[in-house]
Amino acid sequence: MKYLKVSNWGYSAQRIFIICAFSIIPLALLFTFAYLPVINMFKYSFTDWNGYSKRFDYVGFENYTRIFSDPEYFKVFIVSLYYFVATFLQMGLALYFATILSFKVRGKNFFKGILFFPYLLNGVAIGFIFLFFFKPDGTLDMLMHAVGLGQYTQLWLGNPNIINVSLAGASVWRYMGFNFIIFLGAISSIPKDVYEASDIDGANRWQQFRHIILPSITRILQLNLILAISGAISAFDIPYIMTDGSNGSMTFVIQTVHLAFKYGKLGLASAMAVVLLLIVILVTLVQRVTMKGEE
Amino acid sequence: MTQLKYTLASVVKYASLVIAAFIALLPIVVILFASLKTNAEYATSSPLAPPANWLNFANYTKAFVDGNMLVGFKNTIIILIISIIGATLTGSMIAYVLDRFKFKGKKIMVAAFLLATLIPSVTTQVATFQIINALDLFNTRWAAIVMYLGTDIIAVYIFLQFLGSISSALDESAMLDGASYFTIYWKIILPLLKPAIVTVIIVKGVNIYNDFYTPFLYMPKTDLQVISTALFKFKGPFGSQWEVISAGIMIAIIPTMIIFLLLQKYIYNGFAQGSVK
Repeated sequence: MKYLKVSNWGYSAQRIFIICAFSIIPLALLFTFAYLPVINMFKYSFTDWNGYSKRFDYVGFENYTRIFSDPEYFKVFIVSLYYFVATFLQMGLALYFATILSFKVRGKNFFKGILFFPYLLNGVAIGFIFLFFFKPDGTLDMLMHAVGLGQYTQLWLGNPNIINVSLAGASVWRYMGFNFIIFLGAISSIPKDVYEASDIDGANRWQQFRHIILPSITRILQLNLILAISGAISAFDIPYIMTDGSNGSMTFVIQTVHLAFKYGKLGLASAMAVVLLLIVILVTLVQRVTMKGEE
Repeated sequence: MTQLKYTLASVVKYASLVIAAFIALLPIVVILFASLKTNAEYATSSPLAPPANWLNFANYTKAFVDGNMLVGFKNTIIILIISIIGATLTGSMIAYVLDRFKFKGKKIMVAAFLLATLIPSVTTQVATFQIINALDLFNTRWAAIVMYLGTDIIAVYIFLQFLGSISSALDESAMLDGASYFTIYWKIILPLLKPAIVTVIIVKGVNIYNDFYTPFLYMPKTDLQVISTALFKFKGPFGSQWEVISAGIMIAIIPTMIIFLLLQKYIYNGFAQGSVK
């Protein structure tokens, strides 16, 4: 009986038991939902599988050649560029507000709360909020009329030249708070006496930002940049809910979802996903390597 | 001169904050306005105009009842609770093993968890879908639950970070008293991990509550809809009734608002800790 209780085992036996018992579930989940899909995705990408039929044929690199030769599939990369550019605006704003809210400001917590709050909102709710914002005679149009810019109102979501700017704008609204709060955390970890010392030396706010804050948060800045780049390539929620990819707002992920689940072109969709994955990994690796060089 | 420069900087600072606050709030405030307007009032008034009657909750009733939002809340809560408890346990268990023991293959395990962060989950959905299907989990709540558990590497990181700061002298003194490794985990490590657990609950909770992709793809059945998918369905039947859609939006974001106001401090910490690796 004594040996049935784990606490009566020797520590070396316990060790093996606990390592196995505590690892098995996390490892099984990691393999099933992180690695197995990737392996399968590579496999599917070389087939013409439709997702439900019992058999499928290997077609070599046919799916890949199609992605890179058919402008229909390649266009989505251009859409990502809008989100990518917007990312810089987003990070710039986040950094600006994080910096000024790190110093003495009236109503600090109020502004902190308001700037961060959009990030916590439900993605579908945000999609609807911005449908209402951009619709004809919606919030934006009325606001422009109110300030005398009425003649510049547009079909914000109907004009293919503008639609991605509108959608990327909504995305900046949604995610700025996330970068903001991360920067705020990083800046607040800088010891206070560094500022005091620089005050005594007569440094102004800009000099403090340039020589104290910026160098201290370089790593966080780079990390956010990686997240932003992969985020731009995998933009999905906002354009899917708002436009379903119409009027030239098709993103990479919307197209993948359409191909796989609407048109049953699972092989092709997998090939697109593989391309996306490779891009993200490449960007991350380049980033890691350049980061190492700087340290 | 310095005084003038200082005042000017201060004006720019406050002006930019006020403008930013306005931009952050306006899109939500107009939705609040619209949600309280009657159909006729909505049709004739500007979106920027406040409602005539601030207590007109008819749209809320309609959105809540006709939009089946109760089902959405029920499913969301069930999924949230199971996923969060599960993620806390599995995450802290693996972190305990990885931080406190030396064994063969440990490096590979750490690397496996690290490498997985490189894979954006949206890219692998097509293949993940087949796995969920093969496991017979499609159109069950477990589809979402196992995915929220399985893809969670952030939790492991947060726990690992915290464990590093808990002295292993504590473990050793417990061992002198004859405590088993499990007792050490359960009675010493887990309670000390409380701040990390709060962080995980917040970061995960927000992600799960707001996720649209997973329930939309894996649980299309009406009985299984969550808040996100319930709201998404408003697009059909209420397509042009913006006052009802607006009420639905408000119903979906009010819980977030309340929790944010109550837990502000923890939420800020949670996000700052959750993302700094």
